[in-house]
Amino acid sequence: MAAFATGATRSLPQRGPAPGLRFFIYAVLALTLMFLDQRGGWLERVRYGLQAAAYPLQLAMNSPSAAWNWTRRIFEARAALQAENARLRDGNRRLQLANMRMLALEQENAQLRGLRGKLPGLATQWLPGQVIGTESTSLRQRITVDRGAANGVFKGQAVVANEGLLGQTLRVGPWSTEVILLTDPEHAVPVQVVRNGLRTLAVGSGEPQTLTLPYLPIQSDIKEGDLLVTSGLGGVFPQGYPVARVAEVRRDGSSPLAQVRAEPLGAMERDRVVSFLWFDAIHPAAPAARADAAGSGNPALQPMITTPAPPAPAPAPARVQPVTPVPSTAAAAPAPAGTTGTTRVPAVAPAPTPAPSAGATPRASGEATPAPTAAPTPAAASAPASAPASTPAAAPATNPPSSAAGTVSGEPARPEPTIPRNGE
Amino acid sequence: MSRDSEPRGALLLTALAALGLHLLPLPEIVNVFRPAFVVLCVIYWSLNRPRAGGIALGFLTGLALDVFKGAVLGQYALATSFVAYVTIRQHLLLRNKPPLQQTLFVALGLLLWELVIWAIDGWTGQTSAGLSRWVHVLTGAACWPLIAPLLGRTYVSR
Repeated sequence: MAAFATGATRSLPQRGPAPGLRFFIYAVLALTLMFLDQRGGWLERVRYGLQAAAYPLQLAMNSPSAAWNWTRRIFEARAALQAENARLRDGNRRLQLANMRMLALEQENAQLRGLRGKLPGLATQWLPGQVIGTESTSLRQRITVDRGAANGVFKGQAVVANEGLLGQTLRVGPWSTEVILLTDPEHAVPVQVVRNGLRTLAVGSGEPQTLTLPYLPIQSDIKEGDLLVTSGLGGVFPQGYPVARVAEVRRDGSSPLAQVRAEPLGAMERDRVVSFLWFDAIHPAAPAARADAAGSGNPALQPMITTPAPPAPAPAPARVQPVTPVPSTAAAAPAPAGTTGTTRVPAVAPAPTPAPSAGATPRASGEATPAPTAAPTPAAASAPASAPASTPAAAPATNPPSSAAGTVSGEPARPEPTIPRNGE
Repeated sequence: MSRDSEPRGALLLTALAALGLHLLPLPEIVNVFRPAFVVLCVIYWSLNRPRAGGIALGFLTGLALDVFKGAVLGQYALATSFVAYVTIRQHLLLRNKPPLQQTLFVALGLLLWELVIWAIDGWTGQTSAGLSRWVHVLTGAACWPLIAPLLGRTYVSR
């Protein structure tokens, strides 16, 4: 370094240390940064700040295409808009009908499964955000979305597109979030073949639109066209969300493993809307907590008595009394405090305008529970963790009408299960 | 213009513009050919006004790239400040060379830059990427004869 320094001093006789020394300092700084960054989250705060600083520039560079889209919309012909409107209305009606049917099925399913324990977790809340940046190389497949910690987004949160799973949040800034896509070579998602329930991992390949399934033995039952959904193992992704479709299966005798290639369903492109998901670790309609606590018996078949739950937040599973509230399981959901339970009643249609408060709105939905509150408030107040779960359930058990009303009005409301959670 | 007044404003604006060009959305196929505008900008200033930004310019723009690209913090910072350092060391030699030789040096600088990044990718356990990552070295060097005069117009030369 000294040799560099002397050489450079001659060419730059002015103030400050020589370039050699300065470069040395910066190099040490950069290496320290790399070391700390690789050694696990020591630099989380720094990156958080840097991400905040980068946000305006990212937004600015996204503005031309955003402006183009905006102008295009402005000059869109009236006829085209009307046609689109009609199409959307039609689609909405169809979805409402499908949703009603789904709610009925869900309820029926919950009752049937009451004998068998848990239902899978289900997304209860979502937050739309727009893609403002993409990074697509063979080393990194990432996107940047204009939602961040200010909206309640947290690290390791599932991100979906309309067609299927997209990835999970990796680095959360205050207003923007870096999302690692399924196709990133450092990403793997636990999946399940719909046809036969076969479980495996889908690993990113680094190429856009390609996943590999490297851990399947050669004789495993998988073929082209198989739909892969999330298996829910690992707890990051909710179960049953479509991930990819198998595009190619090769079995050659030289390898004990089949070479399987799948194409993810959620395409990644700019200027599109993606959604962050919150989900409960257990199914909101599942009488799982009761079934676990009671050990047996279909709660749906038991008499429904709407006494408020005793203020016992301790989730003692060994209790004989089948009253245990859900806190233990609800707290296991990887959602930030405050979002976990409230999301049971998802009066949380994606906010029409993606205002920054969109993240806060769903969280407040716990208070906006449509259930007619009979006397559950003491219980809710006494056991905060279980409060949102208990609020609707402690309502008179004869309230399916309220949920039906919600359905008709088009809310994506979960059904009020006819099973009182806290009733004995 | 006195010797002490460096064109800091122009430097800042061009650096921001270069960073913006990195973020500008491009289709996948064009993206491979996108020159590393930030490196070109850093080379230009290190060559013509080595004391305006210095190595700090390389470090800070590189850090910004780290954040944009989601890389290990410090990866692009190290590579870019290294290019800035090499250019500053050689700026007296290079400044008055004919454009062709300067272009060759720029190609070398871009190659060094990508080499450092490639090495760090390797050390941090990322799999190698194939040849597409080196393409921008050529397009970047090809852009130099256009970009250098353009940047030269952003400030009043002394």
